[in-house]
Amino acid sequence: MENTAKLTQHSPKHSWQSRTAWRKDKAGQSTAPISWVGQRRSRVADSLGYAGMLVVLLMIGLPVYWMTTGAFKFDNEIYQLPPTWWPQQPTLQNFADAWTSVPFGNFYINTIVTTFFGSGFEIFFGVTSAYAFVFLRFPKRDWVFLILLAALMIPNQVTVLPNYLTVARVLGWANTYQGIVLPGASVAYGTFLLRQYYMSLPQEILDAAKVDGADHLRTMWSVVIPLAKPAIISFGLLSIVSKWNDYLWPLIITNREEWYVLPIGIRWLMVQEGYISWGPVMAGTVLVVLPVLVIFLYAQKYIVEGIAAGAVKG
Amino acid sequence: MVGTTTRRANTRVSSAERKEWLLFALLVGPNLFRFSVFTYWPLLYNGYLSMVRWDFLGPKVWVGLDNFTHLFTQDDFALVLWNTFVFTVSAVGLICGLGLAVALLLNRSLLWRDGVRAVVFSPVMLSGAAMGIVWLFILDPRYGLLDILLNYVGLDSPNWLLDTRWAMAGVIVVHVWKNLGYAVVIILAGLQAIPRELYEAALVDGAGAWGRFRAVTLPGLSPIFFFLFITTMLASFQSFDIIHVMTEGGPVNATTTLIYNLYDEAFKATRAGRAAVSAVVLFLGMFAITLVQMRFSERRVHYA
Repeated sequence: MENTAKLTQHSPKHSWQSRTAWRKDKAGQSTAPISWVGQRRSRVADSLGYAGMLVVLLMIGLPVYWMTTGAFKFDNEIYQLPPTWWPQQPTLQNFADAWTSVPFGNFYINTIVTTFFGSGFEIFFGVTSAYAFVFLRFPKRDWVFLILLAALMIPNQVTVLPNYLTVARVLGWANTYQGIVLPGASVAYGTFLLRQYYMSLPQEILDAAKVDGADHLRTMWSVVIPLAKPAIISFGLLSIVSKWNDYLWPLIITNREEWYVLPIGIRWLMVQEGYISWGPVMAGTVLVVLPVLVIFLYAQKYIVEGIAAGAVKG
Repeated sequence: MVGTTTRRANTRVSSAERKEWLLFALLVGPNLFRFSVFTYWPLLYNGYLSMVRWDFLGPKVWVGLDNFTHLFTQDDFALVLWNTFVFTVSAVGLICGLGLAVALLLNRSLLWRDGVRAVVFSPVMLSGAAMGIVWLFILDPRYGLLDILLNYVGLDSPNWLLDTRWAMAGVIVVHVWKNLGYAVVIILAGLQAIPRELYEAALVDGAGAWGRFRAVTLPGLSPIFFFLFITTMLASFQSFDIIHVMTEGGPVNATTTLIYNLYDEAFKATRAGRAAVSAVVLFLGMFAITLVQMRFSERRVHYA
């Protein structure tokens, strides 16, 4: 075991970034970002570039900016022409209104619970199944993997009606946490992604663990998982975000407002406010997206790498 | 003597192997069980439902292929297929085209580039329902931001989501706005993977910026573009939350796509059979797209 630990320490850091960088070094390439127009720079091209960036920034960022500022404006300021680009009398009243006109507290708890368990299942089974498919012997293992992989071709949307019948009618789980969580926890993608990653791990480290007599659970826990940490974090974050935003299934399986999750609840708030009182509704949307925005700001690198990895490596 | 050792070694190996089988079954078994109950069985059962008439309450009446023939001879369903086609093709075209332009821009070494990248990507992470609602506010024909901006240049905003001619354009704009960042991230990763020497070689050969773009960048991006094309198509095919929040498929079915029709038939009109037909068509469409992907990419080599 000592030996394993040493090897793990001395192995290069396995962030996805450094892995690609390492490959490039080996091929004698520079790791510096390159510009598609080559090395030469001109002032004209640069100014055009900045102008373009400004346009892109406004087109993508303005709606989110408008949402955020709208959340802090009184209704009369929202309907005022010409519009104000910054709240004249910033107020938190909209947040209080949103919170009291629908059970926002319930929405938050429901979303946190279902995201926690939904992503928890996806991450746990993704990590462990991928280990089984790469490192454990089993008769016809690759056939079993194909059965799992084929599930990727059957999106949740296609099975939504029979699953509704199973969960709501047979199991009686409408308006329950297990009803929201269970059918949605899709493990195929994570298993596939992490399997690819495990297969690229350096064999000598795993051999060293074997020589040291580590059993499989121990190898998985103290060798494979630490090495695959960047991939697991990326996958985990993407899973959390997609659970948080999940819409179709929670819409179908809940019909009482105390069981709504945030995305369903925010629409409910809009319906309650009669599609006209935009201040509280914008405050509500801020409440829905804020946790995800915070995660994104902190872990942007992992999320973006996770998404890009699916394309470049696959 | 020799025989005994061999036999002992053999039993040891096989018992170790049996232990691995057991562990494998423990780790993979629950997954397979979940898939059988919530993925494979529903797919089959949905096939059965597509051949019955059922209102979720009374007995199921076997009607064979009647649901299919009925839907495919009905103008409403032709509109649904057309809407799905328009939505998917425009969304994919715009996301990939604009995505390429933005990615090329953000691949240049400009100041604040990383900040702009983050802003472009952020809508991908945010709830489609919440963003749909924000866009309802922006597209409001009287107080919306877009109307205000259009007024500055002397134009008037159409009644985006209540006008059958504009509603589809409205939901496409929001879907493209939300998913553009995904394409940008994928294309940027593709651009980084193009070897620098190819550009240097092209430069030595005297290629101009456009020549380098055509001879090096575009061919270098083609595999990643294929991947992007397929994933964007699948995502657009399944887009539901934006449409449900913004138009509920209306006005008069103008934005009813296959997935929305499935929801509408099942949970509003309670016609299980017709909903199941929508699901079958949706599945076959996505299956076809995935087959094309597997046929034309080398990814399958890495799979098994």
